[in-house]
Amino acid sequence: MSLLDDYAHITGDDVIAHLRQLAAPFSGAKVVHVNSTRVGGGVAEILTKMVPLMQELGIDTSWEVITGESQFFECTKGMHNTLQGNQIHISDTLLKVYEQTNANNAESMREVLTEADFVFIHDPQPAALLQHFPNRKGKWIWRCHIDASHPYRPVWKYLRQFIAPYNASIFSLAAFARELPHPIYLIPPSIDPLSDKNIELKPGAIQHVYERYSLDPERPLILQVSRFDRFKDPVGVIEAYRLAKKYIPSLQLVLAGGEATDDPEGSIVLSEVQEAAQGDPDIHILLLPSDAHLEINALQRVSNIILQKSIREGFGLTVTEAMWKAKPVIGGDVGGIRLQVIDHHTGFLANTPEGAALRIRYLLNQPDKINEMGNKARIFVRDNFLITRHLREYLTLMVALLYGSQDRIELSRSNLQPHQR
Amino acid sequence: MTSLENVHINTASRTGDGPGPFFIKDCALVALATGKRARMLQEFRNELIDIDESSIYHHYWGGLMLAHFDEPEFNNDFAAWIRHGIHDVILAERIAALDPSDFSDLESLRQEMIELIDMRIDECESLLWMRATLQFEFIRSQIIVFDTTRLLQHPTNLASAIEHFSTTSIFYHFIDARRRTAHANDDFSDWLAGFGAEFEPLREQIAEIDPYFSSLTELRTQLARIFQTYFRETDS
Repeated sequence: MSLLDDYAHITGDDVIAHLRQLAAPFSGAKVVHVNSTRVGGGVAEILTKMVPLMQELGIDTSWEVITGESQFFECTKGMHNTLQGNQIHISDTLLKVYEQTNANNAESMREVLTEADFVFIHDPQPAALLQHFPNRKGKWIWRCHIDASHPYRPVWKYLRQFIAPYNASIFSLAAFARELPHPIYLIPPSIDPLSDKNIELKPGAIQHVYERYSLDPERPLILQVSRFDRFKDPVGVIEAYRLAKKYIPSLQLVLAGGEATDDPEGSIVLSEVQEAAQGDPDIHILLLPSDAHLEINALQRVSNIILQKSIREGFGLTVTEAMWKAKPVIGGDVGGIRLQVIDHHTGFLANTPEGAALRIRYLLNQPDKINEMGNKARIFVRDNFLITRHLREYLTLMVALLYGSQDRIELSRSNLQPHQR
Repeated sequence: MTSLENVHINTASRTGDGPGPFFIKDCALVALATGKRARMLQEFRNELIDIDESSIYHHYWGGLMLAHFDEPEFNNDFAAWIRHGIHDVILAERIAALDPSDFSDLESLRQEMIELIDMRIDECESLLWMRATLQFEFIRSQIIVFDTTRLLQHPTNLASAIEHFSTTSIFYHFIDARRRTAHANDDFSDWLAGFGAEFEPLREQIAEIDPYFSSLTELRTQLARIFQTYFRETDS
């Protein structure tokens, strides 16, 4: 069975037929994606499935990874953080390393990138490649996966010189976009329903997390999955839990996140969270390795409600993942959470621990409502935030780039009868 | 990429020349930032005056094709922002009540929105300087239309074929058609009109469907019900 068939089981045949039709003009076209890592992180996760899906649609698709030394990644991590608003100075020495690394990679990728019909450059790491391809054949697109709505301006000004000459760029939300002298497409990210994070699990695999993390299957459970970061407000989640627990004494809370080994701020926040949780055996703080996808998947499935009480958020794919498991989400009224949590339908938007606590109490007293909202949430994700929709919009963008900026582009095959309308 | 050489584009709108076959088409939408944003009602009004029509189209109809929720509180993005960004329920309700299918073109719809905003500012002057709690982002979209290579020879084929239309095909033939056909009709009605008075009762039933309050799946179901009932009754 093909990969497309696997997705057809989830999305329906219509969606796959639509992809095949959109991809038909690109049969044999060369598409190259370039990013900075083959494993780990959201971009690599998407490309792991996006590339084979495009190949299966008849598009000659490949995936290149930019390589560099530690100083290069120190620089690009700084770029990532500054695009998200942190005011960090990046030294000229590091910027020189950035430019030289891109120049070196341009040489090793010269043939494949020169000949490509479409090149998708993901995030800032490989953004400076384009200037080394004056004889490029295809369209180059810069895909920004970061919330760049309030960047540290000196760094954005520096990066902009490399990004402006692209044929187009893609941002996840209009609010994240920067002004650039080319078409700016808006394509939300997506989740892969067949990845370990989201795949259906056998009952045994779900049940084992109760034992493993000393959770009581007979008592209500709420969960927030996020790194220990002030913007995710884990202490606010504990406050909300405590407020709700006065009314629902059997309530259990799991805060699941990764160990913040390379983030001094993360360690401080984790200490604050541990202190706030002290003395309550029903608060479970889980430090899970970055590849514990099946564990997180199971934890989401055994929870009654998922929280994502962020006070600042990019798109919030953990919300999408929770909704895919048919769970209502109580989310902060910020960023991409607003696009996903439709207040009173797929969950609730909350601005305070009090607001979150109120919704926890409401839902746990209305089990039918949990099911109703959860089912709506899953359908909403199926129709809007799966990788197949993401791919459809990439293909649509590719057609649009070939045929200009008109509002309406009508494709017709010359071997068909003239259209009636 | 040889197949691209076999593809040509036609960006012009087409109208039917007679009751030939019905060519089933499909479409896809992709959204673009316009770079225009508003943080106050007055700023919103000023941007609305000369924002590209494709942006008005997107904020009224694009939601059906792009990320959207099937039971929205408001049927257009403008009303939703006025309610949740500006927090003016009265203007939100008035803008929400504007049904784009009641207007001959998007320009008339634009003018009516501006009129409603001005009227509301006259009623409540403080709206002039009230800062929105959410920024409004004007977005536009590009529509790509393509052949499915399927066609219907006669209206009786509609009864069995309609259920196999994709939802995006329904969007193209039932929603988008209103923007490109001579009388702002859907494609089905436009095609049936080519057969003279024969299908007039069917056209009347199609005209009863309100496209503004249904998801694309619901529209397909409603159309299927009408076509199947009509042709079953006329057969008997």
